[in-house]
Amino acid sequence: MSDSSLTPHSYLRAQVRWHPLEYLFWLATILPFVVFPNYLSLASQIAITALFALSLDLILGYAGIVSLGHAAFFGVGAYSAGIISKYGYGDPLFGLLVAAVVTGLFGYATSFIIARFKHLALIMVTLGLGFLVHELANSAHWLTGGADGLQGVRIGKLLGIYDFDLWGYTAYAYSLVVLFLIFLMVRRLTNSPFGLALRGIRENSVRMPAIGAPSDAHIRKVYTMSAAIAGIAGALLAQTTSTVSLGVIDFQRSADVLVMLVLGGAGLLYGGLIGAVIFMVARDQFSGINPQFWYFWIGLLLVMVVMLLPNGILGGLSHLYRVMTGRRST
Amino acid sequence: MGPIIGVLFDGFAYGMLLFLLSVGLSVTLGMMNFVNLAHCAFAMLGGYVTVTLVNRFGWPFLATLPMAFLAAAAISIVLERTLYRRLYRASELDQVLLTIGLAFMSIAAAAYIFGTVLQPAATPSYLRGSVVWFGVTFGVYRLFLVGVGIVVTLLLVMTLEYTRFGQQVRAAVDNQRMARGLGINVDATFAIAFALGSGLAGLGGALAIEIVGLDPSFALIYLVYVLIVVSVGGLGSIWGSFVAAVLIGISDIAGKYYVPQIGAFLIYLVMIVLLMWRPQGLFGKR
Repeated sequence: MSDSSLTPHSYLRAQVRWHPLEYLFWLATILPFVVFPNYLSLASQIAITALFALSLDLILGYAGIVSLGHAAFFGVGAYSAGIISKYGYGDPLFGLLVAAVVTGLFGYATSFIIARFKHLALIMVTLGLGFLVHELANSAHWLTGGADGLQGVRIGKLLGIYDFDLWGYTAYAYSLVVLFLIFLMVRRLTNSPFGLALRGIRENSVRMPAIGAPSDAHIRKVYTMSAAIAGIAGALLAQTTSTVSLGVIDFQRSADVLVMLVLGGAGLLYGGLIGAVIFMVARDQFSGINPQFWYFWIGLLLVMVVMLLPNGILGGLSHLYRVMTGRRST
Repeated sequence: MGPIIGVLFDGFAYGMLLFLLSVGLSVTLGMMNFVNLAHCAFAMLGGYVTVTLVNRFGWPFLATLPMAFLAAAAISIVLERTLYRRLYRASELDQVLLTIGLAFMSIAAAAYIFGTVLQPAATPSYLRGSVVWFGVTFGVYRLFLVGVGIVVTLLLVMTLEYTRFGQQVRAAVDNQRMARGLGINVDATFAIAFALGSGLAGLGGALAIEIVGLDPSFALIYLVYVLIVVSVGGLGSIWGSFVAAVLIGISDIAGKYYVPQIGAFLIYLVMIVLLMWRPQGLFGKR
């Protein structure tokens, strides 16, 4: 590749340009309305999970922060949207805003802890925070309903017009639009100098401050953003399903989203989205088998991806594409 | 006074269990910086070996304990030679993913073979019941557990301090590159230490059945406790693991006894605060 001869500005501008496949991908997201109208609830779950995976991609794929407790933010978002709807503030968009602000603040507060740690200690701290929030939600029965789930979630009409129907038309349209808008923001962000600085931190967090880019401040910023996006995803789930249970916040969800992101390919923007589609569709198709056994195949898949496809499915495909078109991989 | 001593004793016995489960991970993490989230899967394997041998083949309980140790050690050697060794220099994300994948597979396999029900305790009658000394009740099994824990600790310390193998392990934990430079075969040393640690986890898993029960979720639930012990105690430190395990054991039992409504919350909070204060753990060198 001849990237090294480009100026930074033209490099960034070239990255911003949309690839034809990207148009194709987003056009394909409209297909469920026409082709699979019976699967719109699943499609909205996929869109929500994809948004969650995108939020993890921002910190893991770009800044290199391995988090085993990202469901904490998803859960806090879901609970905040659910709880305010219980007290009469059921407007979906207002709920999203509140969830984003609450999880953003929570993420900002914890980012000071996150930015201090590296390697194993970082994994432990994120794991510990995840379990801590899970225990809090479990024991604060008066607020969250604990293991019984949150009772009395009442979501109003979207924009005051569209009701959340049984078929999931509104749910999918709503989740998809939110996903697309946030995706545009994240795409812009990762192709900005800030996004490049994040990649620099991922590659070498000691050298970045030496060239004048403060690592800790960048990590705090991106962690806050990622938390807010995860919170929005959680709020979407709470609103489209009208239920909030402890499952939104448990370790399994943190692990699942990590699996999806890695399966699709971390740090590639579309990796989490593709991973979410594959993971959710497969889980739906194999829902007949016991979920305990389903995790055997997830585990096997993880081992295979780590051993054979270090950049996930998308990374493997783009490598194949480069080989086929005669260009060497970078 | 009675309840306090009882809680302290139960917590100490629980701490011994946590120590057995976690000491292997502490040493291997200290040597290779390899994040092994499948460690408790080896412990679960040991537990299932004991349950099967006692309940299906009628072995005496004590005779199954070495088998639990050997089975976990043997499987860990196979995995170490085939999968783990390829990732020693990979990023910790890859290590986390590989080992959590293995943990998932072990959970599903255990659920497939043994079902998701809680396995019946396999302890013989002479280890059940309790004795009363000075007006305080001590569970016989917990006394046994404390005995095993202390014997294993002493054996480990003697091995590390006074044998050639122990010196090699300590050298590799202190400075891996320097140890290599001095001609120590760090890879082989590590493989043996890894097998020993996994074997101890298997032993811990077998001994844990009576206290905490055994079902396929064991591999994930106790992983968290083990990681807490390791990160609080500091990597590669046996005494650190010992002190941390006793601390965590006692505070967990005391928390559940005196303030049951906050549940496991206390443990996670203690861990995060301790890590904030000393990121390298209480006894860690790095």
